[in-house]
Amino acid sequence: MRVGVVTFPGSLDDRDAARAVRVAGGEAVSLWHGDADLHGVDAVVLPGGFSYGDYLRCGAIARFAPVMEPLVDAARGGLPVLGICNGFQVLCESHLLPGALIRNDHRKFVCRDQPLRVESTATAWTSGYAAGQEIVIPLKNGEGGYVADERTLDELEGEGRVVVRYAGDNPNGSYRDIAGVTNARGNVVGLMPHPEHAVEALTGPTTDGLGFFTSVLEGLVRS
Amino acid sequence: MARVVVDVMLKSEILDPQGKAVQGAFGRLGFDGIASVRQGKRFEIELDGEATPEAIAEIERAAATLLANPVIEDFTVHVEAGV
Repeated sequence: MRVGVVTFPGSLDDRDAARAVRVAGGEAVSLWHGDADLHGVDAVVLPGGFSYGDYLRCGAIARFAPVMEPLVDAARGGLPVLGICNGFQVLCESHLLPGALIRNDHRKFVCRDQPLRVESTATAWTSGYAAGQEIVIPLKNGEGGYVADERTLDELEGEGRVVVRYAGDNPNGSYRDIAGVTNARGNVVGLMPHPEHAVEALTGPTTDGLGFFTSVLEGLVRS
Repeated sequence: MARVVVDVMLKSEILDPQGKAVQGAFGRLGFDGIASVRQGKRFEIELDGEATPEAIAEIERAAATLLANPVIEDFTVHVEAGV
């Protein structure tokens, strides 16, 4: 199974995301922002970082990179896409996911091992977890406050589209403690915390993040 | 030549931590009587030609596509006089 990882100018976590794909048993394929071709991959990860220096708004310029054109079409057609941190911001700017990410309410960058509760296992990226399972993975962002209007938030809750929620203290002012959401179909998932940094005991606080990558690979095998 | 200005502001219901930080700094510097501060963005766009209704409509489309995120921001467009 081939999982593409996009590199934008300013991406930081593309190597870790590719490594996480390999640790989970998949083949990682590098995708370049300027190449409007997904090269036949079975799923795509948009990694963390500061694409285009976070100029204008986080993810606002990356959203119009050439690679995004086939990606947005493929995501609407059911291709599994995971956006982590800056990748989540890109997915919101692309309107593949609702809402937006704004500056942390306490105005400081946060970097810590973050407990999360997995709220939905009905997505391509979380099917391997148990509903309600608590996991701990790194969180590192300055603009991670998830916001949306009340109607959208109610809709997300009602349709079970909140994928992960912050457990314990809310680290960035995200509405309703939301750490990650999915689209109606469950193939596109975005979250601020970093599962790709928690796939090996040597470098991660846990290996709790591996499930995102094994979930999508197992789903692809089944289909 | 004409200059078109696009002002982008966070919607009123969205928290503006940058504005809050500025407000806090005003307080520490002794500037009194400031109830609140909200920070936005101003884009000055020079046109090749005149600010025709078509040209302004094009800038409005550009603003809604790229300069503002309508999920969290509102924008206004006006032609700057005397440029």
